[in-house]
Amino acid sequence: MCVLPAVLLFFVFMILPTFNIFRMSLYKWGGFSSNRTFVGFENFTKLFRDMKFLQSVENTLLLIVVVSVITMSLAIIFAAILSREKIKGQNFFRVVFYIPNILSIVIISAIFSAIYDANNGMLNSILALFKGADAEPVYWLGDQSIVIYSLAGAMIWQAIGYYMVMYMASMASIPESLYESANLEGASRIHQFFHITLPLIWTNLRTTLTFFIISTINMSFMFVKAMTSGGPDGSTEVFLSYMYKQAYTNSSYGYGMAIGVVVFAFSFALSAIINAITKRDVLEY
Amino acid sequence: MKEKRKPRFTGEQLYHIFIYVVLAILAISILIPVAWVFMASIKQNVEFYGSPWALPMGVYWQNFVDAWTTARMGEFMLNSVLTTAIALALLLVVALPAAYVLSRFRFRGVKLLNTLFMGGLFINVNYIVVPIFLMFVDADKALRGIGIDGLFLNNIVMLAVVYAATALPFTIYLLSGYFATLPKAYEEAAYIDGASYTRTMVKVIFPMAKPSIVTVILFNFLSFWNEYIIAMTLLTDPKGPKTLPVGLMNLMKAQNAAAQYGQMYAGLVLVMLPTLILYICVQKKLTQGMTLGGLKG
Repeated sequence: MCVLPAVLLFFVFMILPTFNIFRMSLYKWGGFSSNRTFVGFENFTKLFRDMKFLQSVENTLLLIVVVSVITMSLAIIFAAILSREKIKGQNFFRVVFYIPNILSIVIISAIFSAIYDANNGMLNSILALFKGADAEPVYWLGDQSIVIYSLAGAMIWQAIGYYMVMYMASMASIPESLYESANLEGASRIHQFFHITLPLIWTNLRTTLTFFIISTINMSFMFVKAMTSGGPDGSTEVFLSYMYKQAYTNSSYGYGMAIGVVVFAFSFALSAIINAITKRDVLEY
Repeated sequence: MKEKRKPRFTGEQLYHIFIYVVLAILAISILIPVAWVFMASIKQNVEFYGSPWALPMGVYWQNFVDAWTTARMGEFMLNSVLTTAIALALLLVVALPAAYVLSRFRFRGVKLLNTLFMGGLFINVNYIVVPIFLMFVDADKALRGIGIDGLFLNNIVMLAVVYAATALPFTIYLLSGYFATLPKAYEEAAYIDGASYTRTMVKVIFPMAKPSIVTVILFNFLSFWNEYIIAMTLLTDPKGPKTLPVGLMNLMKAQNAAAQYGQMYAGLVLVMLPTLILYICVQKKLTQGMTLGGLKG
């Protein structure tokens, strides 16, 4: 009896819509009119000839690689520093690094729009100190070849603290005695990091890799929605923003849902592949 | 980096200085932008055409007044508070008993339900927001036939229901993980004393689960308060209710045309302040809770 309301809500608002995505992806369905024609896999075949979709694939892949690699390495390094070294204000740094994680993506987007602003932005005014005041401003959000990296910058800024705290927690469970004996044998810090810390948090690293894939796909959508709307000229269009554009703005629901299905399958497949490649024997301590 | 040339520093000290510099750079790169927003929120509009680093000429509270009334932020704030409160209340009422039953009692289908809720962790709202929207459109259309108008779309109560529903898998996962660690002896004692199942659950188990309930409230407060994709999709009427982040985003989009920078940053402060205050009060709990749950976003 007690489970009933929860199950009901869960079914109506999660299972049913998920099911609908798959069902609708097989229909040609435009607008608010109720004429839906069953077209089978036509939406999917159309998708792979859609240049705009292919661009969004490229953008998303680029973001996944750039954001995951940079965030992960920085987060590991900072976690290692904060948990291994005796640092004054350790707690202060931890608290500060986590702040971006509690802010709404809308706020972060607004902040970064101010940072990246071409004329009165913080970044350009810092650059102007080095290049001279009348140098040509960098169009962080206007230049098609730069904007995707600007987006990645905001995403990395947002994510570092979260993963750092997570890595710190798993580093805290490594017994101190391992480091003590390594010290006695004269192993350097860097040596200790690569031969003790990294192997022992490997399981945790693997899990976060899956997180990275899923959250980059989602976060990139939220940032794009609030910051660039996919522009300029589709150069920041990502998976879900393109899906949203097709389904919600453009009202081609069937086509949009087909994108959703492809993205879902893609993120699953990529996670499985990454999981398989990074498989190592679990080390016990 | 100058220190490198001075011989009186040993390698060890250099290393420490280097670490502090790196940590400080990251801390500054996080604190400065946040502080900058607070500073910008009290600047007058003309000041935004000067250097971004200039300190505000004076405290220009008018921005907040403008944001509160002209940009309807006051109304949006109330909407946000209501939506978050309703969603949290509903979530707790629904999820607590469900999590308890799912983690404690063995009956037919319990395994299936647990698996389904676990699977729900992988369903992201960004995927299902459009089907939910369409469902609401259809429901509204059907209801209009019998004279009820606008029950689903543009209704913050329904928005709260959707929030609560989408937060269920994570919440149940976290709570039932905690319930499973509580010893059964307490309940057995309660049954022997003649307490009913419901009474035991409410009077014995829930008070013991307080730490995890607090964690659940914290995380969901942050995600409901900051959420805007669902809100943006389900609150379609430009004159209708909006939540704070959605209103803010509209202001951002309009910003270029109307150049209402001051208002916008005042709005940002309004969204940010509650979460920052909450964070400062409970930061320890939050970072601990994160590793407890292990799954988010």
